[in-house]
Amino acid sequence: MHKVIKILGTGCSKCQAMTVVVNEVISENKLDASLEKVEDLMEIMKFDVMTTPALVINDVVSVKGRVPSKNEVLALLND
Amino acid sequence: MFDWIQHIADWFVYELLGLRVGQHLAEALNFFIYDTTKILLLLFVVVFFMGIVNSYFPIDKVKNYLSRNKLYGLEYLIASLFGVVTPFCSCSSVPLFIGFVRGGIPLGVTFAFLITSPLVNEVAIGLFVGLFGLKTTIIYVISGVLLGSVSGVILQKLKLEVYLTPWVKEVLANAQRDQEVFQAENQTFKKRIPIIWAEVVKILKGVLPYVLVGIAIGGLMHGYIPEGFFEKYMDKDNLFAVPIATILAVPMYSNASGILPVVQVLVAKGIPLGTAIAFMMAVVGLSLPEAMLLKKVMSLKLIAIFFGVVTLCIILSGYLFNSLL
Repeated sequence: MHKVIKILGTGCSKCQAMTVVVNEVISENKLDASLEKVEDLMEIMKFDVMTTPALVINDVVSVKGRVPSKNEVLALLND
Repeated sequence: MFDWIQHIADWFVYELLGLRVGQHLAEALNFFIYDTTKILLLLFVVVFFMGIVNSYFPIDKVKNYLSRNKLYGLEYLIASLFGVVTPFCSCSSVPLFIGFVRGGIPLGVTFAFLITSPLVNEVAIGLFVGLFGLKTTIIYVISGVLLGSVSGVILQKLKLEVYLTPWVKEVLANAQRDQEVFQAENQTFKKRIPIIWAEVVKILKGVLPYVLVGIAIGGLMHGYIPEGFFEKYMDKDNLFAVPIATILAVPMYSNASGILPVVQVLVAKGIPLGTAIAFMMAVVGLSLPEAMLLKKVMSLKLIAIFFGVVTLCIILSGYLFNSLL
């Protein structure tokens, strides 16, 4: 099933780290997913997160405020 | 308690490298090895402990609690205390601010949280214990928490809502108190440990370069600047020392890990502790980069008032420290 992934963050180093991790997981496992970076503050606030970066999978906020490990991201995407 | 680290440092410098006791280079190196080992150990312990606390009190739970309960003035102190256990990342300060406003939490209470969070956190506490000992650390933590609370109360009294940017005012108008009790992830302690552990490793890796550079600079100053060097310029009776040190530090930014080792050497060489801590608080707590971030939610006037009140409170606590210690 196609997954829509969004990474919310205003561009700090942690947000970039999260993007790298998620990108690697997608390409290494050849997952059917699209990745979008949401950097606009108003858009970010619509998800009601208070700590960035946040990982949103199919409109569900799955991780916030920290950079997850590859295994964690893979588990979330395979759910 | 840390004698064994001193033995290791002594052995390494005087036995293994065969440097002479009293040599500048030897003293500086000895200090460097002793300090880094001790500080990294303490940092590890404090960061891990705070990681556990934070795992049980995540920021959403804190916000929900503050939003849901009537606390009769205690909310400033509680927000400030929560600021201590919540790890602070300056890039999260704006979403945090909006989240609090949206939950109907008064502006002053939000400020109390935002002031204490960078000032007193796991990294600052770990370093403080290592460099200044437990007693000074406790005084620092208490004054940091009080500083956040008092500044929050003052800022609330000033009725600053009109100086928010238009879109934040809109958020404020639609603010709603959270009704439901926050459902924390119900994980066992065992399941939490790997996540906490990964965070600890990340935090330590992140601060390591700062600590090493800070201590290296500290070590050099320690070995080469004579005792009491600064006393001539900044002694306790100089009334202007605290405000000058504070105001100089406001635009500067460094996190606690970079600035504290240097502050310790300044103190060892004769700068009064209160003056040094006021300097440090202003460097860590207020900065130009932070002001730039806050511009998204506050007018320049509000930022100026916010910085002004906090600066004043830092100066006052600097005087207080100098008279107490």
